[in-house]
Amino acid sequence: MALPKYASTTERIWHYTYLVLCGAIFFFLIAPIVVVIPLSFNAEPYFTFTDEMLAFDPEGYSLRWYDSLLTFGMANPDAPRDGSWWADAWANAKWIKAAKSSVIIGVFSTILATCLGTLAALGLSRPEMPYRRAIMAVLISPMIVPIIITATGMFFFYSNPCELLTWFGLSPQCGKLAGTYLGVILAHATLGIPFVIITVTATLVGFDQSLNRAAASLGANPRRTFFRITMPLILPGVISGALFAFVTSFDEVVAVLFIAGPDQQTIPRQMWNGIREQISPAILAVATLLVIFSIALLTTVELLRRRSEKLRGITPH
Amino acid sequence: MAHSLDPQGAAVTASEIAPEGPLRTADGQPLARALARSQARARRQAFLLVLPLLLFVLITFVVPIGQMLQRSVKNDGFSANMPQISAWFAENPPGTEPDAAAWQALALDLQAAAEARSIGVVGTRINYDMPGTRSLFTSAGRQVRRGIEPPYREKLLEMDEDWADPQLWSVMRQASTPYTANFYLAAMDMTRDEAGNIVRVEEQQRVYLMLFMRTLWLSLLITFTTFVLGFPVAHLLATLPMRKSNLLMILVLLPFWTSLLVRTTAWMVLLQQQGVINDVFVWLGIINDSQRLQMIYNQTGTIIAMTHILLPFMILPLYSVMRTINPSYVRAARSLGATSWTAFRRIYFPQTLPGLGAGALLVFILAVGYYITPALVGGSSGQLISNLIAMHMTRTLNWSMAAALAAMLLGGVLILYWLYDRLVGIDNLKLG
Repeated sequence: MALPKYASTTERIWHYTYLVLCGAIFFFLIAPIVVVIPLSFNAEPYFTFTDEMLAFDPEGYSLRWYDSLLTFGMANPDAPRDGSWWADAWANAKWIKAAKSSVIIGVFSTILATCLGTLAALGLSRPEMPYRRAIMAVLISPMIVPIIITATGMFFFYSNPCELLTWFGLSPQCGKLAGTYLGVILAHATLGIPFVIITVTATLVGFDQSLNRAAASLGANPRRTFFRITMPLILPGVISGALFAFVTSFDEVVAVLFIAGPDQQTIPRQMWNGIREQISPAILAVATLLVIFSIALLTTVELLRRRSEKLRGITPH
Repeated sequence: MAHSLDPQGAAVTASEIAPEGPLRTADGQPLARALARSQARARRQAFLLVLPLLLFVLITFVVPIGQMLQRSVKNDGFSANMPQISAWFAENPPGTEPDAAAWQALALDLQAAAEARSIGVVGTRINYDMPGTRSLFTSAGRQVRRGIEPPYREKLLEMDEDWADPQLWSVMRQASTPYTANFYLAAMDMTRDEAGNIVRVEEQQRVYLMLFMRTLWLSLLITFTTFVLGFPVAHLLATLPMRKSNLLMILVLLPFWTSLLVRTTAWMVLLQQQGVINDVFVWLGIINDSQRLQMIYNQTGTIIAMTHILLPFMILPLYSVMRTINPSYVRAARSLGATSWTAFRRIYFPQTLPGLGAGALLVFILAVGYYITPALVGGSSGQLISNLIAMHMTRTLNWSMAAALAAMLLGGVLILYWLYDRLVGIDNLKLG
């Protein structure tokens, strides 16, 4: 935004104030995330920059907090670091176990949310779809309803999923979903679905329906049309939606706190416990790793968005 | 795909074969009926695609919330475990003095509940409406477990004189039916007196309305601060050339993609008394080392952290609306003699209102239900209504109360959601 030639002095001053203000707001947005990264290399158990760190003294920096992520919970953290030490870390270290749980829950809930969500988005973007608006509102609502309410409802439902059937006069016995991987996966799939719906329907808005008709007129059956024509074109949107769903699950803590058992200790839950009990710079090391992870995701989604626009014939800017 | 039912193709064929009378398809059916059938099939196909997900969301989301709502009005902790006294309450109108039959029913129910080890549940249920009475039930249960002989009234009063308290009898009467609105009354800081009239609770016990008001007020404040901070940034992004604005957009999207817990942790680190911001202030000489600011574990912490976390939700809708605003309107206004302020106020700002409305509603909806950030950085003065629901769920275990509070919050959020759908349309919800 360039300042026009006829701008008065006041306008010039105002313009530069505005630019400085915007700079400050960008700083406010990004600084908290950036600050965490150097602090995670602090050699001391403090949450601020020590004098050594400010002097760029190598003594002031260390990898001890990253090391503690590995050793925390291990049976023999002080053993020599050979194959068995790493096996011990893989099997016992709490953060590694948390990462494993998070990945299992994230992957399966993403698959569930993406498959169901993409199918539904295909239906929702057809012009013939009845009650489109109302159904869309229901499907998006897990994103809007406060997570504490969702978690409360899920807590009651998952501890006795068969209670539902008693309304119909049946009294079956069945186990509970609370405290199982299946329960958490179902819960996280529910929370991820709105993101899949939103991204895939947005991709389908630019989708040329006559391509499907062309495929059909050339003799392809609906399944073949879907896998050979529709799917490749909407794939970038589907992957973005899947990444959103994965991030939602990977970052979710309230539903996990309410319905997961001790076996489903995910990374956010472990962080939550760490922050509430005794916050140590090890949390900052995790935070740094998660920031790097989100940078990678953001890059992927951005590349996918450009590719999707190219595929749909919208010129990238 | 059945090509014979393709309406356009059919119309051509029909007009060729039968130039007079109603239009017919190639196989001789009236066109209108064939068309209706083909449209019905298209509708059915579209619906079948959505059906699996709809069922999934109904079962894993809508039904659980329904169960929660049911729990907010239903609590059979007393009525299911104390059948005889519940029956006595049903037979006798409110205000009846407890007679010998009532005392007998109460004593025998207490004994049965003590034997079935459900006396704790009974006591807990009464305790919700009349704090401090749980031990009355549990200690009575311990004493009557071996059996109780008439006269029941005297025996019970011997154990504890509180058994004659008319307030207790009034509360037991209310608990004698499984369905009750008492939890909603309590959520509005109200209760029933001995005669069953609705009255406000004592001054020092009024917490819920205060928390609802605080949640509303803080959410409004946060919506306003995100507007103040988000508007200039969105404007800058929308007016810069695409290449530059895409680069700067990363600064908005990165926080958006970063884990909520990471962002909250970052603020905890920054705002601490021994944290980076206080260090910078001391170093700059703005404050003394002894008077470091308390910026966390209070409302300030909640406001700062939530503003930061919700800011992208304001910037993104504002940005997408501002991108579409034609700059020549403002130029025209300037050329007609408007000052830059007038041009902004009268021409530019009104055009941003759709984006502003979308962003503000979204931020407000998300803010009223926020839980994690206030729980971690809010201390006691920065807690919102969600934190109270969580407290009732996990610590006091008064699940009906939690459900009633959640139902009230849900009602508010759904109204806002409906408003959002009417004004903005959920189709226009965009991510990144």
